[in-house]
Amino acid sequence: MEITSQDFKAVSSAKLKDEKLQKALFQAKDGFVVSRAKVVKELDNFEAIRQAASDVRDHCLAHLDEYLEAWESRAQAAGTIVHWAESYEELNAIVVKIAQDNRVKKIIKSKSMVGEETGLNEYVEGHGIEVKETDLGEYIIQQAGEHPSHIIAPATHKSKEDVSELFAKKHDRPRLEDAEKLTHEAREILRPHFLDADMGITGANFMIAETGSTVIVTNEGNGRMTTTMPRVHVAISSIEKCIPTLDDFALMMRLLPRSATGQVISNYVSMTTGPKRNEDLDGPGEFHVIILDVGRTRVLGSELREALRCIRCGACMNHCPVYQNVGGHAYGWVYPGPIGSVLTPAYNGLENAIDLPNAATLCNQCGVVCPVKIPLPDLMRKLREKQYEKNLKSKTEKWSLKVWAYVATRPKIYSMVTRVMARAGKIVGGNSGRIRKMIFAGQDWTKHRDLPTPRGRTFRDIYLNSKKINKG
Amino acid sequence: MRVGLFVTCLADVMRPSIGLSTLDLLERAGCEVIFPENQTCCGQPAYNAGDRATAQKLARKVVSEFADVDYVVIPSGSCGGMIKAHFEDLFSDLPEYKNKAQWLSARTYELTDFLVNVVNADSFNTSFQGTVTYHDSCAGLRELGIKDQPRKLLRTLPHVELKEMSGAEQCCGFGGTFSVKYGDISSRIVDLKCDDLESTEADAVVLGDLGCMLNIEGKLRRRGNHKTKVLHIAEVLTGRNGEEAE
Repeated sequence: MEITSQDFKAVSSAKLKDEKLQKALFQAKDGFVVSRAKVVKELDNFEAIRQAASDVRDHCLAHLDEYLEAWESRAQAAGTIVHWAESYEELNAIVVKIAQDNRVKKIIKSKSMVGEETGLNEYVEGHGIEVKETDLGEYIIQQAGEHPSHIIAPATHKSKEDVSELFAKKHDRPRLEDAEKLTHEAREILRPHFLDADMGITGANFMIAETGSTVIVTNEGNGRMTTTMPRVHVAISSIEKCIPTLDDFALMMRLLPRSATGQVISNYVSMTTGPKRNEDLDGPGEFHVIILDVGRTRVLGSELREALRCIRCGACMNHCPVYQNVGGHAYGWVYPGPIGSVLTPAYNGLENAIDLPNAATLCNQCGVVCPVKIPLPDLMRKLREKQYEKNLKSKTEKWSLKVWAYVATRPKIYSMVTRVMARAGKIVGGNSGRIRKMIFAGQDWTKHRDLPTPRGRTFRDIYLNSKKINKG
Repeated sequence: MRVGLFVTCLADVMRPSIGLSTLDLLERAGCEVIFPENQTCCGQPAYNAGDRATAQKLARKVVSEFADVDYVVIPSGSCGGMIKAHFEDLFSDLPEYKNKAQWLSARTYELTDFLVNVVNADSFNTSFQGTVTYHDSCAGLRELGIKDQPRKLLRTLPHVELKEMSGAEQCCGFGGTFSVKYGDISSRIVDLKCDDLESTEADAVVLGDLGCMLNIEGKLRRRGNHKTKVLHIAEVLTGRNGEEAE
């Protein structure tokens, strides 16, 4: 997917003025945050589970090579054909090759963020093969010609009215207002595609080394049908999704649905181990898994490593005050919100996503809800340090920092400068006690709010003076 | 006990009554207050901007200025969080300072935490009365666990009624330079905070961090709200209104 994170500032400002989007975001926020809080409270040892999951993910990452090899050999033993891809083009080309080898004309697809990374749909369609997204949210945005704005609720930026309008136009049917009826209509339209598709593509939330399985965690029946109905099933995933055992998977599942949607368990948990066996009633004749490594190995060896613990629940974005107000598209790539502000520069280069690590208040709401304890604010700060080292900061910011640092490290000068500021600020503010308009960097403050003025004297002056008087 | 007062650069320049109130509260609790005269800033602005070298320089300065006290008390969750949650990381490549940072971190307290958990302060000399709502600052809450302490203190005041706002734990959108670099987003976030606190109809919003204070007060006044007072918890506990520069 093309990256447009460079436009974060302009796009986010526009999104703030988009009333329809604001309404949709407001509704989504309440749903996610409130339901998560409720189910987390029901567990009496949530923090201990988080710690255990974080430890398991760290252990996986420390032994990733071993677990991936173990996974591969067990998957192959079950009849799975395993592919490794080191670039987006490579993954896309493998998919098309499998499709061509099997004379595939139509593909049904369930949600995959790796597929978003590689721009899979456009590529496959470019080779004359039809791709139908079957997750309701993904279907909506495919019809609208858009990209997901959230990793688990891809169409969360759309209101019900948007969908009514879109479906009426695309399906050429009378406009429906009721959400349930709209869902039924999508289902009716999609059903024949499930029946005549030649190939199904899914993602994989996890790959379990112990059994050589891939797993998808979903809420709609589309995932189950995609893995079982077509002749060929292709699962695409990335190297960091490998976990050692079924027990580890059970641990992750205590956290993933709770953190993502506030469910105790998702409606479907589908585990695939190899293609259809002789005694099976249904299932694909061929099962391929393509495992991507773009950026992952590099991040594994970097100080951003903890970001690879991510199990893609979306809690960080649901709780982020910035995401809640600007939505996912402003972030300009596949993964929005706090995890996106780390992964986007990590995978695409810091210079292509200058704003993202900075566009955060470091409030740490993301850090405290993350089910695998990724220290997201710390990772954003590390990226800021990299920007500083690589001279990627704006001149204004660099020079303001330099001047401030010069003063703050020299107490005598500092005390004089602050004395003048306290005095001058009070004079400028006058009787109102606030400044309504400032110049230079200050104008960005007073564009939006007043500045309460200083009170004329610094604490230091008052304190030292009173001490002198007391002594005298 | 010898207590070092780290007044914080923002309180020093913008609102001395926070420092004066903190001083009163500590002395009233029987502490011998030490104010190292050369103190400036904890280094957080540089740290969060990615300028690690400057942050280290300032952090070293803090560590050496407070080497001779039993406790350090700070009327700010943000600067307190910097020392307690981040100095160790900042000195990860300077072993000598890392030990000093650990020593300092263990002795450093955010003001309300110190009043409640170290000196058990439970009576205050304040003329303040009215309804208040409390805004939890991000660093105080999520780095230092400051949640019940200020509420406990407010409940000791007979003429003060606490009305919780919805979203009290939600960020106010300040975020240091974020507030000017991403002014449009920051402005929206603080607008939502103002909506929440205004809907309690409290006479004052009380908080423990000057960054949030400037942001929230600045926004309230710009919105035309000149009625809701914005007060630091130290000011409420001593009856100051923030205007003092005695």
